[in-house]
Amino acid sequence: MVHVAVATRAFRRYSTYRAATLAGIFTNSVFGVIYSFAYLALWSANPTAGGYDAQDAVTYVWLGQALLMTIALWGGGATDDLAERIRTGDVAIDLYRPVGIVGWYLASDLGRAAYHLLTRGVGPTLIGFLVFHISLPSSPLTALAFAVSLVLAVVVSFAIRFLVASSAFWLLDQSGVKVMSGAFAIFFSGMMLPLVLFPGWLGTLARALPWASYVQVPADVWLGKHTGVDLLAALGFQVLWAVVLLVACQGVLRLATRKVVVQGG
Amino acid sequence: MAEAGAALHLRSYFQIAWLWIRAAWQYPTSFVLLALGNGLITGLDFVGLWIMFAHLDDLKGFTLHEVALLYGSASLALAVADTAIGSVERIGTYIRTGRLDQMLTKPVPLLVQVCADQFTLRRLGRLTQAAVVFGWACTYVDWTPLRVLVAVSMLLSGGLVFFGLFVGFSCVQFWTTDATEFANAFTYGGATVTQYPLNIFPREVLVGLTFVIPVAFVNWYPCLYLLGRSDPAGMPEAFQFASPLAGVLTMAAALLVWRSGVRHYTSTGS
Repeated sequence: MVHVAVATRAFRRYSTYRAATLAGIFTNSVFGVIYSFAYLALWSANPTAGGYDAQDAVTYVWLGQALLMTIALWGGGATDDLAERIRTGDVAIDLYRPVGIVGWYLASDLGRAAYHLLTRGVGPTLIGFLVFHISLPSSPLTALAFAVSLVLAVVVSFAIRFLVASSAFWLLDQSGVKVMSGAFAIFFSGMMLPLVLFPGWLGTLARALPWASYVQVPADVWLGKHTGVDLLAALGFQVLWAVVLLVACQGVLRLATRKVVVQGG
Repeated sequence: MAEAGAALHLRSYFQIAWLWIRAAWQYPTSFVLLALGNGLITGLDFVGLWIMFAHLDDLKGFTLHEVALLYGSASLALAVADTAIGSVERIGTYIRTGRLDQMLTKPVPLLVQVCADQFTLRRLGRLTQAAVVFGWACTYVDWTPLRVLVAVSMLLSGGLVFFGLFVGFSCVQFWTTDATEFANAFTYGGATVTQYPLNIFPREVLVGLTFVIPVAFVNWYPCLYLLGRSDPAGMPEAFQFASPLAGVLTMAAALLVWRSGVRHYTSTGS
C-alpha cells in the first residue's frame, strides 16, 4: 500500500527532531499550567460555567494542549510541503503521479499526526494527569470513541489546510491565507476558550462550523459529555465536515489544474 | 564616538528592515492578509477574555476594564519588542543553513543583522489592537502626573523585558539548533501570563515571575499602582516603581548570554 508507505515515512521524518519535540512538550505544558490556573479562577467564581465543573475545565485545557500539534492547529504539516511545491512548480511532478494528490498528502499528514500524537499529545496529557489530576475516559467505549473522533479531527483539519495551501495556485504564497485561517481555527475550535462558554448565536455558530471538530468535539467525547445517539451525532458531525471538505479539496484541485499554468523551474 | 556608533547601528537596522518590507510587498495579497490575520488573532484573543467575563463579575477581584489594562499594556510591550526584534527567534535556522557565517563577515553587528532580518510589518495588526484595548482601559484610570509617568515607564520597561527574553532565550539555539519552541514558553508564555491578574496563580509562581522571569514587572506591579490597589500578595510597594530596573537588568543579562553564545558558536560547516 503506497499510502501506508507515505505515512510511515512522514512519521519517521518528523521523529528526527528530538530536541524540538522536547522543547515543544515543555512549551505546551507551560501553557497548560497557565490556562489551568486561569480556568480554575473562572470556575471557582462560577462553578457551573458552560455546564463544565472545574475538573472538566482543567482536563479540557490539557487536552487542548495535547491536540494543538496533532491537529496542526496553526497550520503546517504535509500541506506546507504542498504549498512550497506549488510555489516552486514541483507540484507538476505530483500531478504526474499515478496516485491522487489529496490521498497522498492526507497519508503523509496522518503519519505526521501519529508522531505528534505519541509525543506532543501524550507528553502534556501525562503531565496534566500527574500535576492537575485531569480526568481520563470513563470507559473503554469512551476511549474508543475519542480515538475515532481524533482521527476525524485530523482529517477535517487536513482538508482545511489543504484548501489553504491550494490558494498558492492563485496567490503563489499561502502565508497570508494561512495566518487568517489559523486565527479562525484558534477561536472557533475552542482552543482559546471552550465553545460551551460562547453565548447565544455566537455559540450556536461556533458549534456548527467545521473548526468545532478540532478540539471541542474530541474533548467532549473524552469528558463523556456525549452518550448513545448523541455520541453518534457528534461523530457524524465530524464525518459530515470531513466528507464535504475533502470533496471541496478535489474540486479546487481540478479547478487549479485546469486554470493555472505551473511555474517553470 | 559610542553615540555615533549606536546611531550607525540603528541606521543599518532600518536599512535592512526597509529591504525586507519591500521584499514582502512582492506578494501584496499575502502582505495584507498577514497584517489582518495577526490583528485578528490578537483581536479574538481579547474577545476570549470578554466572553470569560460574560460568566463572571470579576476575576479574583479584578473587573473587565482592570484586566483590559493588564492585557493592553502587556500586549503593547510584546508587540513593540516582537516587531522590532522578533526575528531573533530564527537564529537556529541561520545556524543550520550557514547564513550566520555570511552575516559574521558583514560590517554590521550580528545582533543588529539578526534582529532586522526578515523584518515584518505584519505585527502592526497586534500593535493596533493592543493600543485600542489599552486606550479603552486607560479611560477608567484616575490619572495623576505620577501615574502618567509610571504608565510611560511601564510600556518602555515592558518592551525591554520582552526584548531581553526574546534575545536571551533565543540564544539556547547556539547550543541546540532545533529547539526554537523552548523560547516560546518564556516569551509568548510570559505574554499570556500577564493577560491575567497574577493573584490567580499560587504565590510560588508569582515569586518566579518576579525574580526569575521578571514579567510581573511588565504590567502587574505598575498596573497595581495605576489602579490604586494594594498588592493582593503583599509584595513590597517599591516593586510598583521598579519596572525600569527589571527592564535594564533583563536586557543586560540577555546581552551577556548573547555574547557567550556568539563566542561559543562554531559554524556547522555547511
